[in-house]
Amino acid sequence: MISPNLRIAYRFLTAKKRAMFMSLSCTVLGVGLFIVTQATTSGFEDIFTRTLLGINGAIRIEDRLQDTMRSMAAAGASDFYFAQREGVKYIEGVEEPQRIVDALRDFANVRGVSAVLRGSIQITSSFKTEDAQMFGIRLEDHLRVSDLGQQITAGRLEDFRNANAGALIGRVLADRLQLSVGDSVVVTARGESRRFAVSAIFETGYREVDKTNIYLHLPEVRSLLKKPSGATYLQINLHDAARAPADAARMEAVLRHGAKPWQEREKSWLEVFRALRVSTGITVTVFTLIASLAMFNTLAMIVLEKTKDIAILRSMGYERRDVTRIFLWQAGIVLAIGAVVGALFGAGVTWLVGQVPLSISGIFKSDRFVVVWDWKHYAAAIATAVFMVMIASLIPARRAARLEPGDIVRGTAQ
Amino acid sequence: MSGPGVVAPGEVALRCTDLHRYLGRDEGRVHVLKGVSFEARRGQVYAIVGPSGCGKSTLLYLLGLLDQPDGGQIEINGRLMSNTDDAARTAARGEHIGFVFQFHFLMLEFSALENVMMPMRKLGRLGGEAMEARARQLLDAVGLGAKTHRLGTQLSGGEQQRVAIARALANQPTILLADEPTGNLDVKNSALVFDLITRLAKEQGQAVILVTHNPEIAQRCDQTRPMRDGVFVG
Repeated sequence: MISPNLRIAYRFLTAKKRAMFMSLSCTVLGVGLFIVTQATTSGFEDIFTRTLLGINGAIRIEDRLQDTMRSMAAAGASDFYFAQREGVKYIEGVEEPQRIVDALRDFANVRGVSAVLRGSIQITSSFKTEDAQMFGIRLEDHLRVSDLGQQITAGRLEDFRNANAGALIGRVLADRLQLSVGDSVVVTARGESRRFAVSAIFETGYREVDKTNIYLHLPEVRSLLKKPSGATYLQINLHDAARAPADAARMEAVLRHGAKPWQEREKSWLEVFRALRVSTGITVTVFTLIASLAMFNTLAMIVLEKTKDIAILRSMGYERRDVTRIFLWQAGIVLAIGAVVGALFGAGVTWLVGQVPLSISGIFKSDRFVVVWDWKHYAAAIATAVFMVMIASLIPARRAARLEPGDIVRGTAQ
Repeated sequence: MSGPGVVAPGEVALRCTDLHRYLGRDEGRVHVLKGVSFEARRGQVYAIVGPSGCGKSTLLYLLGLLDQPDGGQIEINGRLMSNTDDAARTAARGEHIGFVFQFHFLMLEFSALENVMMPMRKLGRLGGEAMEARARQLLDAVGLGAKTHRLGTQLSGGEQQRVAIARALANQPTILLADEPTGNLDVKNSALVFDLITRLAKEQGQAVILVTHNPEIAQRCDQTRPMRDGVFVG
């Protein structure tokens, strides 16, 4: 059976169709725009994060930590260990990568590890010479910690796998050197030159990477750099990238090597996205605020027009809390309809925005407006609308409940 | 507390003793009721008459627990109600008191049937079907059996007042309070409404207290209590 308060609320509300439509429209807009802004803001942040994780992995281990005499003395003096930055010396690179890789097997969240040896080079095509960075990798390991497999735009990864002198070259670098798949290049490092064939061209979408990076087989890079052992860094991929800071801290403590999570490594870009989120959050809050003000206005108007009805209800035995509920139910009805229609409206606009062609490259690459579909955006939009509209509705609802029936009737009768 | 079926006709349904009420503030404060005492028995119809501003309506709202006295006591079916909290007074209104106001005060977005069912829905004494049956029976009794689904706005003034009477009787209250119930109606409708109130009240053994300016109606009541300057005279 429908509660009498809900029944009365519905009739009060539908009697003020225009005001109700205004409140409803504002709520629909508030919820819908909240969803759209969240979907688009998160969309760009999400693709940026995926791009970075696809290039550099979730954690990078580099530089061995060595305790100085000062910190060792502190540790040895008692059981108490005091970690102090000034008491730690960093030694460049990972001297025994295999030992670290073995130790990383104990970390449940680690999905893959790739030892990378990096060096500065000059790369020469038949057209020109460019400065670049070469990365010596074991292909199978690196495919587990990056999206290199999906980043190939020309050529085949298989050709690189089968050719010791194969090279994977970034799209921008390849264009600058006017290279195509199958062309040969000369790589010069530390005065030694060696010829490689372009097996494939990759494109990450991050221009700086595509402009400078060239992947070679690890033994070739060792030979060029005359470095028979060790690695510049270990690139780690995680099952849950969000846990990277905690995992990195543990790795640093256990492995005695500097471990940097992607959140710290890309802090400046992430700050930009955070600022963007705050800015859109403010805009969205204004929309929701307008919705709550519209609801306040509608209810305040109904309270003014329905004072006699309130007196009648009170004279029939309806309590103050019934009157409050009647007005909160009105807000609830608008919110319920507004939430459903607003969510559908938000989903529709999100879909439309996702179809807008928009060529973006620089820190990531996309050929259309990026949106994210996440139920949490819908839940947050509805929760925000419920919170703000109900707060705004409480004032007129309480005012209605405070009305004294005797005062109302006397005022009318006299 | 006695219910409507427990209190026998002739028993005191309402009693007030030495009621005082001030209205307004500061220099505008007026002593409207100056120690009014009164009692109403079931099955009896009482008329309170007097010039405008003498305190009739103020007394009626105090007796109906819509307002609180500044002094004195009000008992409803033997229970002291004048010093109780809002929740207790509201519950007593719903269970023991029916109101008929001069300006009908129907809820215009609702049909005649829904208006009559409104107090029953709150009290919750009857189930849905029983409520509707009783509302139809009451509307039949006031001659509106054919207009149960009409909205308040689709009824004439006399019809609205008859719906208001049916609504006031919906929960079988022991006390029916009517503030100028015929004040807004023509002679024919006035007689019809008064006859209805008195007939139904007599049938159901209710104490009826009505405030009126109409001497003919006052004359037809069981008792008439004239008021002047906040006290009963005679």
